[in-house]
Amino acid sequence: MSKFRLSSQTNYKAVVIGGSAGSFQSVTKLLATIPSDFELPILFCLHRLKHVRNGFVEALSIKSNKAIVEPLDKEPVRTNGVYLAPANYHMCVELGNTFSLATDGLVNNSRPSIDLTFETAAYVYRDKLIGILLSGANKDGAYGMKKIKEKNGLTIVQDPDESMINAMPTAALAATEIDMVLKVDEIIDFLMTLHKQMKR
Amino acid sequence: MKSNPISKSYLYTANDNAPDIEIADLRRLTQLIKEKYNYDFKDYAMSSFKRRIKRVIDLYKFKTVDKLITVLDTTPDFFEEFVSEITVNVTEMFRDPTFWRVLKDQILPNVLMNHDSISIWHAGCSSGEEVYSMAIVLKEMGVLDKAKLVATDIDSAIIDKAKRATFPIKNMELNSKNYGRFHDDATRTLDGYFREANGEAILNPDLTKNISFRRHDLVQGGIFSKFDLVLCRNVMIYFNQTLQNNVLNKLHDSLFKYGYLIIGSKESLIWCEIANKFIVVNNEEKVYKKIKD
Ligand SMILES: C[S@@+](CC[C@H](N)C(=O)[O-])C[C@H]1O[C@@H](n2cnc3c(N)ncnc32)[C@H](O)[C@@H]1O
Repeated sequence: MSKFRLSSQTNYKAVVIGGSAGSFQSVTKLLATIPSDFELPILFCLHRLKHVRNGFVEALSIKSNKAIVEPLDKEPVRTNGVYLAPANYHMCVELGNTFSLATDGLVNNSRPSIDLTFETAAYVYRDKLIGILLSGANKDGAYGMKKIKEKNGLTIVQDPDESMINAMPTAALAATEIDMVLKVDEIIDFLMTLHKQMKR
Repeated sequence: MKSNPISKSYLYTANDNAPDIEIADLRRLTQLIKEKYNYDFKDYAMSSFKRRIKRVIDLYKFKTVDKLITVLDTTPDFFEEFVSEITVNVTEMFRDPTFWRVLKDQILPNVLMNHDSISIWHAGCSSGEEVYSMAIVLKEMGVLDKAKLVATDIDSAIIDKAKRATFPIKNMELNSKNYGRFHDDATRTLDGYFREANGEAILNPDLTKNISFRRHDLVQGGIFSKFDLVLCRNVMIYFNQTLQNNVLNKLHDSLFKYGYLIIGSKESLIWCEIANKFIVVNNEEKVYKKIKD
C-alpha cells in the first residue's frame, strides 16, 4: 500500500519543480530515477548563474533518462517532456499549453523566478498540477506554492530537516497549506507511484 | 481644474494577497486603450501582460483594474507613463556576446560584400544598448560611415533615454564583460568608447551620428523603409502567436530580399506562418535570411 494520498486523483497534467542552492544533487537523483516513459511534463525552474547560457542542461543530462530541453518562446509543452528554465529568462506557461519567456525584472532577486513558473502553471493546469519545492536559500517559490494551492493543485516541499538550506521549503510552509513534506527519496517514490498508476 | 495627481510608490512591493486579474478585466482594459489611444495590447502574451498590469495597479495603489480603467479614461496625461510602465525595457550592450561575433565575422561581411552601404533597423531598441553595440562593431570594422541605423520603440520615454547615449556606471561592468566575451578577450573593455561624468558613462558622440531614433509601434504602425538587417530581439516574446505572425509579416516586408532578420536567442520562427520565407543562417544565434518576397 502506498503511503501517499493519490487515490482521489491521478489525472494530473504537469509537474513543476523549483529549487535553488543545495538542490542540484536532488534534481540529478530524481532525473536518474524517473524513467524515459514518464508521461507528465516536468518543468524545472532552478536558480542559476544569470550570464552562463550553456552547460547546465548538459550537467543535468549526464545521468538523466530523459532529454532535457530549455524551451524557446511559444514552444508547446509536450507530454513526456522535461524542461529547464533558461538562464536570465522567466519561464511561464500560457493558456493553450505553450511556454512563454520574459525578461522583466528580477523576482525575489531571481530570473528565472520559481514564483512566476509556478503561478502561471497553476493558472493553466489548475487542480491538475503538482508543485514540488526543494532546498533553497530565499523565499522564491512560496508565493507560487500558494497560487498552486488556491487552484487546488497538489503541493509538496522537501523536508526542511533534510534540505541543505531550508529557507525555501520553510517559507512555503508558512505561506500556504502544503499537502506533503517529504524527503527527496520519498518525492521520487511518490512520482514513481504516480507513474505506475498512470500506466495502468 | 486639475485632477488628483497620480502618485507612484517609490518602491515596488507586490501585493501577494490581491485577487487574480480576470481575463474579462484585461479585455475591458485593452478595449478602452484601443478606443481612446489607438494602441492595441489585446494580443500581448497573457501571462506577462497580466503581471505588468498587476504591477501598475500595485505601484499606483489602484487596487482594481476598474480603477486603472477609470484613470486611463479620464487622465490622458497618464497614458505615456502607463505605456512606459507596462513595457519591459531590460537590455544590455552586447547581450548574447556570441551573436555579436557571428554578426561581425559572417553577417556584416556578407552584406558588405554586395553593397557599399548598409541599413539596419533595431525594432524595440529600448534604451539603446543594442544599437550602440552595433555602432561600435561597425566602427571597429571601419564601416560605420557606410551605415544608416534606425532604432525604434513604442515607449517614448525610453526613446528619449536612448537618445542621451548615457548609461548608469553600475551597468558598465556587465556591458564591458559582454564586450570582452564578444572579442573572446577578457582584457578588452569598453572604456575607450565612454567618458565618465556625474556618475554616468557617456558614449563618444562620433558613435551616435548615424543613428536616428523614433517612436514606432510594431503592432499598429506601418512599414516605413527597407533594410538589409532587422534586429527584433526579445520583443516578440511579449506577444502571443497571432501577434507574432502579424508583426513578422511587417518585419519581412521591411527587409530587402536576402536581407537578415535577427530575433532573440530564445525565440524561434518554427511556429510562425512566415517561416517558409526565410532560411536559417545560424540556429543558435537565431539569424534568418529572407529568401522569398
Ligand atoms: C526587452 S526590450 C528588448 C531590447 C533589446 N532589443 C534587447 O534585446 O536587449 C523590449 C522592448 O520592446 C518594446 N516594445 C514592446 N512592444 C512594442 C511594440 N508594439 N512596438 C515597438 N516596440 C515595442 C518595449 O518598449 C521594450 O523597450
